[in-house]
Amino acid sequence: MLEFLDMGGYAFYVWTSYSFALILLGGVVLWSALQSRKVRVSTIRRAQQRKRKS
Amino acid sequence: MYRLAGRLAPWFGGLCLLSLAVGLYLGLVVAPADYEQGDSYRIIYIHVPAAWMSMFTYVVMATSSAIFLIWRLKIADVVAEASAPIGAAFTAVALLTGSFWGKPMWGTWWIWDARLTSELLLLFLYLGYMALRGALDTPQGSARAAAILAVVGVVNIPIIHFSVEWWNTLHQPATITKLGKPSMHISMLRPLLLMALAFQLLYFHNLMVRMRTLILSRESRASWVAELNVETGN
Amino acid sequence: MKLAIRSAGQWLNPLLFFVIVVTLFPLGIGPGPNMLATIAPGVLWVSALLAMMLSLDALFANDFRDGTLEQMVLSGHPLTVMVMGKVMAHWVTSGLPLVLLSPLLGLMMQLPEGAYGILIVSLLLGTLSLSFIGAIGAALIVSLNQGGVLLSLLVLPLTVPVLIFGSGAVAGAGMGLETSAHLSLLFAIVFLSVSLAPLAIAGALRVGVAAGR
Repeated sequence: MLEFLDMGGYAFYVWTSYSFALILLGGVVLWSALQSRKVRVSTIRRAQQRKRKS
Repeated sequence: MYRLAGRLAPWFGGLCLLSLAVGLYLGLVVAPADYEQGDSYRIIYIHVPAAWMSMFTYVVMATSSAIFLIWRLKIADVVAEASAPIGAAFTAVALLTGSFWGKPMWGTWWIWDARLTSELLLLFLYLGYMALRGALDTPQGSARAAAILAVVGVVNIPIIHFSVEWWNTLHQPATITKLGKPSMHISMLRPLLLMALAFQLLYFHNLMVRMRTLILSRESRASWVAELNVETGN
Repeated sequence: MKLAIRSAGQWLNPLLFFVIVVTLFPLGIGPGPNMLATIAPGVLWVSALLAMMLSLDALFANDFRDGTLEQMVLSGHPLTVMVMGKVMAHWVTSGLPLVLLSPLLGLMMQLPEGAYGILIVSLLLGTLSLSFIGAIGAALIVSLNQGGVLLSLLVLPLTVPVLIFGSGAVAGAGMGLETSAHLSLLFAIVFLSVSLAPLAIAGALRVGVAAGR
């Protein structure tokens, strides 16, 4: 296990690269999901309120 | 379209996670270390797919922008707008991982290599596109202005790449020996292709999610929106 | 066009900017003649490019504010032709003075003797295409009040080929190399940008006018 984590002495480069990828791509996915939720809830609520009024 | 995107998104997401898991396992654990580069070459499994996707995404963005300009198809503009952030993220990942690969291999964080430079300029194009979108507040105006920019950008990409390559050979007479790529062994190639597939699926998943958000906020006055369930959005 | 000449700030500001930026380099790097001679082509070209960007900001802004642009769009005359005239006028008032002044600055930068002809020719071609490429950016942000930084972000990546071939030609000439390949590529870029950019500019202006109403 330790040998695997060490990456033949390149641990720093390999794992930083992978974490950058995780942070950036995961960040976009997460941000999209949160935004989607926010927009969904507020837009549909407003549309339903409008419908009830009319 | 909204419903279709909603139905497709979990599939893309699930398949993405699956190929990601298999690709990472094969790439990080099963594939042997490179006899020249040791284990550092394993960065390739995110670097190369990210670089491919950065270009693929821009082509999608520019193509749908052109479709939007010619046929005024609103959905094409949604595709373009939804693609920009994930494309920029792919480009940034390709740049950063390239840098972390270059340090142990070439001994430097950054070289003005032709591909690196073009990739950096591609990032600027993405950022410019998103900044223009953000700056123009009327949705109608920003859509067409951004579409024009994307199309102008795609015409320029080959020219930029060619000029950078030319400039590079002029300034750096083959001092950096490029990683000679003898045909890759199958045990190394398989995870690479799987990771490429995973990134592709990640893009489609994200595209679907973002498209739903955009459609919903643009069509917020449409009557069908009121029929949707707040919790599931369907 | 006449208007642009009459208001001195229009053409004088980029020129002054060009001179000042070029002057700053020896001050920042050191006055060694050899060093200056090697960086001269790049410095002259980058400064010229930045000066062009500076002048682009105002290209359509005034016409947009006083409604002239809207009339141009609605007048029924082909917009691309009018755009062509407008951009050519911009080039004559801000590109051409830069070209004319560049040999003098080349002298100050210890530019090697053989390079002056190429410097003028490459800047002549380069500033022309910069005017057209930059005008796309200026047209895209016309309805915004302040877009200076945004303009640079949009336009600078697109100007990279011009910069590479232009400064490459000058540097090559300084070392006594053949430069016809650079110049013909630069010429191809001019041709492309002059023929295609007006379409994009006209499209962008229509959008801008529609958004500004």
